[in-house]
Amino acid sequence: MKAENLNFDRFDIGKVRADFPILALQVSGKPLVYLDNAASSQMPQAVIDRIVQYQTAEHSNIHRAVHYLSELATREYEEARVKVQHFLKAQEAREIIFTRGTTEAINLVMHGYGRAFIGKGDEIILSGLEHHANIVPWQMLAQEKGAILRVIPMNDAGELLIDEFEALFNEKTKFLALTHVSNALGTVNPVKKMIAFAHRHGVPVLLDGAQAAPHQPVDVQDLDCDFYAFSGHKLCGPTGIGVLYGKARLLEKMQPFQGGGDMILSVTFEKTTYNVIPSKFEAGTPPIMAAIALGAAIDYLNGVGLANIEAYEKQLLDYATGKISALNGVRIIGTAAKKAAVISFEIKDVHPHDVGTILNDDGIAIRTGHHCAQPVMQRFHVPATARASFAFYNTKQEIDKLVAGIRKVQEMFS
Amino acid sequence: MSDMRQLYQEVILDHNRKPRNFGSILAANRHAEGHNPLCGDHIRLTMNVSDNKIETIAFEGEGCAICKASASMMTGAVKGKLVQDAEIMIEEFRGMATGTLDPDGQDNHLGKLKVFVGVKDLPSRVKCAILPWHTLHAALNPALNPTRTESSISTEGEADPVSDHA
Repeated sequence: MKAENLNFDRFDIGKVRADFPILALQVSGKPLVYLDNAASSQMPQAVIDRIVQYQTAEHSNIHRAVHYLSELATREYEEARVKVQHFLKAQEAREIIFTRGTTEAINLVMHGYGRAFIGKGDEIILSGLEHHANIVPWQMLAQEKGAILRVIPMNDAGELLIDEFEALFNEKTKFLALTHVSNALGTVNPVKKMIAFAHRHGVPVLLDGAQAAPHQPVDVQDLDCDFYAFSGHKLCGPTGIGVLYGKARLLEKMQPFQGGGDMILSVTFEKTTYNVIPSKFEAGTPPIMAAIALGAAIDYLNGVGLANIEAYEKQLLDYATGKISALNGVRIIGTAAKKAAVISFEIKDVHPHDVGTILNDDGIAIRTGHHCAQPVMQRFHVPATARASFAFYNTKQEIDKLVAGIRKVQEMFS
Repeated sequence: MSDMRQLYQEVILDHNRKPRNFGSILAANRHAEGHNPLCGDHIRLTMNVSDNKIETIAFEGEGCAICKASASMMTGAVKGKLVQDAEIMIEEFRGMATGTLDPDGQDNHLGKLKVFVGVKDLPSRVKCAILPWHTLHAALNPALNPTRTESSISTEGEADPVSDHA
């Protein structure tokens, strides 16, 4: 959907903002301008209400007892799984595993797939855009197994070099772990093309979707990725819940991640028989409330429309890019042709931390630092950046406040 | 004066623009590095201590204005001081930045360094101001890191080298 096709009948920014009680907050005596959505998004009243409803009248442990509450909670939890299945357009609900977040989902694949199928001298391909969560687990695996990490380089715009990517493949290549959208720069990677190339070499692909799933429709069957990970708290849901999608045939042959209750069929001291997927990967009592709240968040986002969200956020990105790039002494880092609504920038001679503190005085929340992507910072020779990341409840007026704030910083440091 | 002007006073902005004692001493007999992983602040201190006195001191690295100005003013404040007097200032600066010492109400030796009193209201920035002082403490106490040839400290997490070892 193109930006000009935004369905304004369905997308009413005033109504959307009214759904988020926290947006009425005053910070430093000024209305909150929340531009740190890539770190964590805010929660609409519908999701807050769902949490209250669950804890008030529905809570019990799941998959265990035969009483009313346990059956109710089990049903709600499994319905949330089906909502995630439809959200990702997965073929089956059993391909959806609830985790603590994207990080745990990636670690699950590292343990369950990597430790079983990647060995000495094998190669794992990552991109230079990865978040630490999609670097460190693979580094740990490489150290344990004697495997090798190969890194896809990028150009000065923050776009991966596809020729170099293709040249990395050889008979030793066993896995590709790739971010769908860069958290530090906003680059949207051409993942469908890259997955098809990897598959031609028989290499399975994990996509880190933490920054993609909240902002655009995702279809894991169309992408044909083997694994897809995202977090609830970046998607208007609570913290402590995330999702790993995996193709059933891969999940079935993988080793369990953690051992415990719910992931077994039978246990004796001699032998344990593991449960079928997805239970095999959900040891112990899961975050039931958080999973149900994630289901409610997905309902909410579907109501707004992911295509509307994508189109509206594109308008915000274009507006902010125009305004910020017009400022003297401000450099935008990450200028890929295909970008999500993230703007990393630096102000000449001002450290991002000072930018963040001074903007906070005007109620403006941005992220400053290395964004858990230090290799990206090294690539652009900066210790840190300031990053404004937008959600569908932000407005052009808020971007104007950000721009005024940047000017104020420049004035103070001139 | 707004809260921000209170913190980013001209003296701090001036030391940020033109840091004093910036660089490194080649024949230093004490050195230490300090990192703040949260924001990428990185300070390297070199100095010469003889007869228990800080004869020369210099710093280099990257950091925010608060960190750089703190390092710049610190080097000026401790140069020529006895080690034990510098240690007292480290404690006092840390107390001021964390709000346990009121520089106007309690006796102290902070002098011009009082301009940093505003950071106590900004928990995320306290570490930036304290980093150079932690690094100085590490450089003055090489025994804190006996396995390393050079002291290296970090202001990440709960670790507080000063209170751990003071």
